[in-house]
Amino acid sequence: MASSSRSTQTAVFRSLNSKLLIGSGLLLLIAFVAIFGSWLSPYAYDQMSVLQRMKPPSSAHWFGTDELGRDVFSRTLTGAGMSIAIGFGATMLSLLVGVPLGLLSGYKRGGFDEFVMRCMDVLLSMPPIMLGLLFLAVSEPSAWKAILAVGCVYIPPTVRLTRSIALELANEEFIEAARARSESTWYILIKEILPNAWPTIAVEGSLRVTFAILLGAALSFLGMGAQPPSSEWGLMISQARPYIAQAPWIALAPGLAMCLTVIAINLFGDGLRAAIDPRSASRGH
Amino acid sequence: MALYVINRLLAVMVVLLVISMLVFGVTQIMPGDVASTIAGQFASPEVVDAIREKLGLNDPFYVQYWRWISSVVTGDFGQSLIMERPVSALISEAFMASASLAIVSFISVTLFGILLGVWAAVRRDKLADNLVSTFTYVGISIPEFFWGIVLIMFFANYLQILPSGGVASISASPGVWLSHIILPVITLTLTLIAHVSRLTRSSMLEALDSQYVRNARAKGLPERTVIFRHALPNALMPTITVLALDVGWLIGGIVVVEVVFSYPGIGRLLMFAIERHDLPLIQASILVIALIYCLANLVADLLYAVVNPKIRYGNGE
Repeated sequence: MASSSRSTQTAVFRSLNSKLLIGSGLLLLIAFVAIFGSWLSPYAYDQMSVLQRMKPPSSAHWFGTDELGRDVFSRTLTGAGMSIAIGFGATMLSLLVGVPLGLLSGYKRGGFDEFVMRCMDVLLSMPPIMLGLLFLAVSEPSAWKAILAVGCVYIPPTVRLTRSIALELANEEFIEAARARSESTWYILIKEILPNAWPTIAVEGSLRVTFAILLGAALSFLGMGAQPPSSEWGLMISQARPYIAQAPWIALAPGLAMCLTVIAINLFGDGLRAAIDPRSASRGH
Repeated sequence: MALYVINRLLAVMVVLLVISMLVFGVTQIMPGDVASTIAGQFASPEVVDAIREKLGLNDPFYVQYWRWISSVVTGDFGQSLIMERPVSALISEAFMASASLAIVSFISVTLFGILLGVWAAVRRDKLADNLVSTFTYVGISIPEFFWGIVLIMFFANYLQILPSGGVASISASPGVWLSHIILPVITLTLTLIAHVSRLTRSSMLEALDSQYVRNARAKGLPERTVIFRHALPNALMPTITVLALDVGWLIGGIVVVEVVFSYPGIGRLLMFAIERHDLPLIQASILVIALIYCLANLVADLLYAVVNPKIRYGNGE
C-alpha cells in the first residue's frame, strides 16, 4: 500500500510539469490584468489628445499612442477584460445550455435524442464564424451579442461531448440502482451522472476558451462584436489597420497580448491534460 | 458502402434545406427593408408600398420562401440591391477568386504539413523536432487577422517586396498573381500547417515504432526507403481524413483573410453584403459557403469510412 501511494505521489509531482506551471503563472497574471486593468492603466482608455497622435513608444506612453492620441498601453490593459470576458462568457453559456441538453439527450435517448442531435448537425454544418455572423447580422452588433453568438456556436460540440459521456454512464450499475430507488430524472442527471462527466467536460471547456476568445476577437475585428470606443483587442486591431505603415505599435500591442493569452491557456490546458493522462503527453497530442 | 453514401448524401440535402430556411428566416427579421432600399431615401410611403406589393413582400413567409428557393435551385439568386447586378454573377466571380486562394492554400497545407510532421518525427527530441513543436505552438495561437497584419507590416510596408492586398489575373501575369496571393496563403495556412504537422508527427512516431518498420530496418533497407515507403503511407491515414476536415476550417478562415487583404472573394462579398444590408447577396453567399462546407465534410466522412470499416456498418457516431 505504502509503495503504491508513494509512486502515485511521484507521478503527481512529475505531472506538475513545466507547461502547467508556466501556463498557470501566466494565466494568473493575465487574470489580474483583466480584472484590475482599468486601475492599473496610467491613462483612461478613451482619453484623447490631439497633440499626442500616433506617437511611438516612449517612457510616457510605453506602447505609444493611437490615431486619436489615446494611450495604447492603457487600452491594451483595459481591453484584456473585454476580450477575455467574451471568451469566458461564451464558454460558460455553451456549458450552461449544452451540458443539460447533452445529459438529457444521452440519458433519455429515443426521439428526443434524435431531434436534438439533428439540430446540432445543422448548426455544425456551417463554419463557426459564419454561424456567428448569421446570429449577429440580425440586429445592431454589440459585445453582449458577440458573447451570445460565440456561445451558441460552441453549444453543439458541448452537447455532443456530454451526450457521449452520458450514453456510456447510463448503463452503469449505480445509475440502475438510482433508477431502482425511483429517483427523478433530474436527480439522476445532476447527482449521479454529472459528477462523473464533469472532469472531461472541464478539460475540454478550458481548451475551448481559446477558440472562443479568438472567434470573439475575429467577430469584433469584422465589426460585428464590440463597438468603438471600446478597447476590445480584435476591434483595436481592426481600427489600427489604416495606420499600420506609420504606427505599427497600435496593432502590435493588442495582437501580441492576445497571442500571449492564447499561448497561456493552451499551455495550461495541455499541462492539465498531461497531468491527468500522462500517456497523451508522451504521444505528443 | 453504397447505402452509407446514399444515407450521407440525403442527410446533407436535408441539412442544406434547413440551412436555407434558417438563412431566409434570418434575413427576413434583419433590420432594413428591401422595398425602401430599392425606392431610395426620399421615396414617399406610397411608392415604397407599391414596390413592396410588386415584389410580393406582403405575402406570407412560406410563399416568399417557396418563391425564393425554387429560383435558387435553378441558379437564380435574384438581383443585388446595392450593386444592381445579378447575384449569381457576383457570386461566381467571387467564388472563382476564393477557390484559387483555397486550392493554393490546401496544396501548401498538405505539402508543408506532412513534410514538417515527418521531419519532426524522424528527428524526435532533437533540434528539428523542438523547432517544429515551437512553430506548431505559435501557429495555433496566432489569430489569422493579426498574423495577416504582421505579414503586411513586414513584407509590404517594411521590405516592400509584396503588395499588401488586392488581386491580379493569373492569365495576364502569373508572377504578379503569385505575388498577390502569397501573403493571404501564408496567413490562411499557418494554423492548418501547424495542425497537420502535429498530427502527422504523432502518427508517424507510432508507425516508426511498429513491427513492420523494425522488420524493414532489420532487412537492411536504407533509412530513406523505410521512412517514405514503409512508415509514411501507414501514418498518412489519419492525416488524410483531417485534411478533408481542414477544408472546412479553410472556408471559415477565408472570410477574415479576404477582409485583411482586400481580396475580392466570397468572404469579403459576404461582409460587404452584411454591412449594406443587401439581403439577396447575404442569402446567396451564406448558402454557397454552407454548401461547400457541407460537401467538404461529406468528403471527409466518406474518406473516413473508407479508412475505417467500423463506421460503414455500425451507427456512424
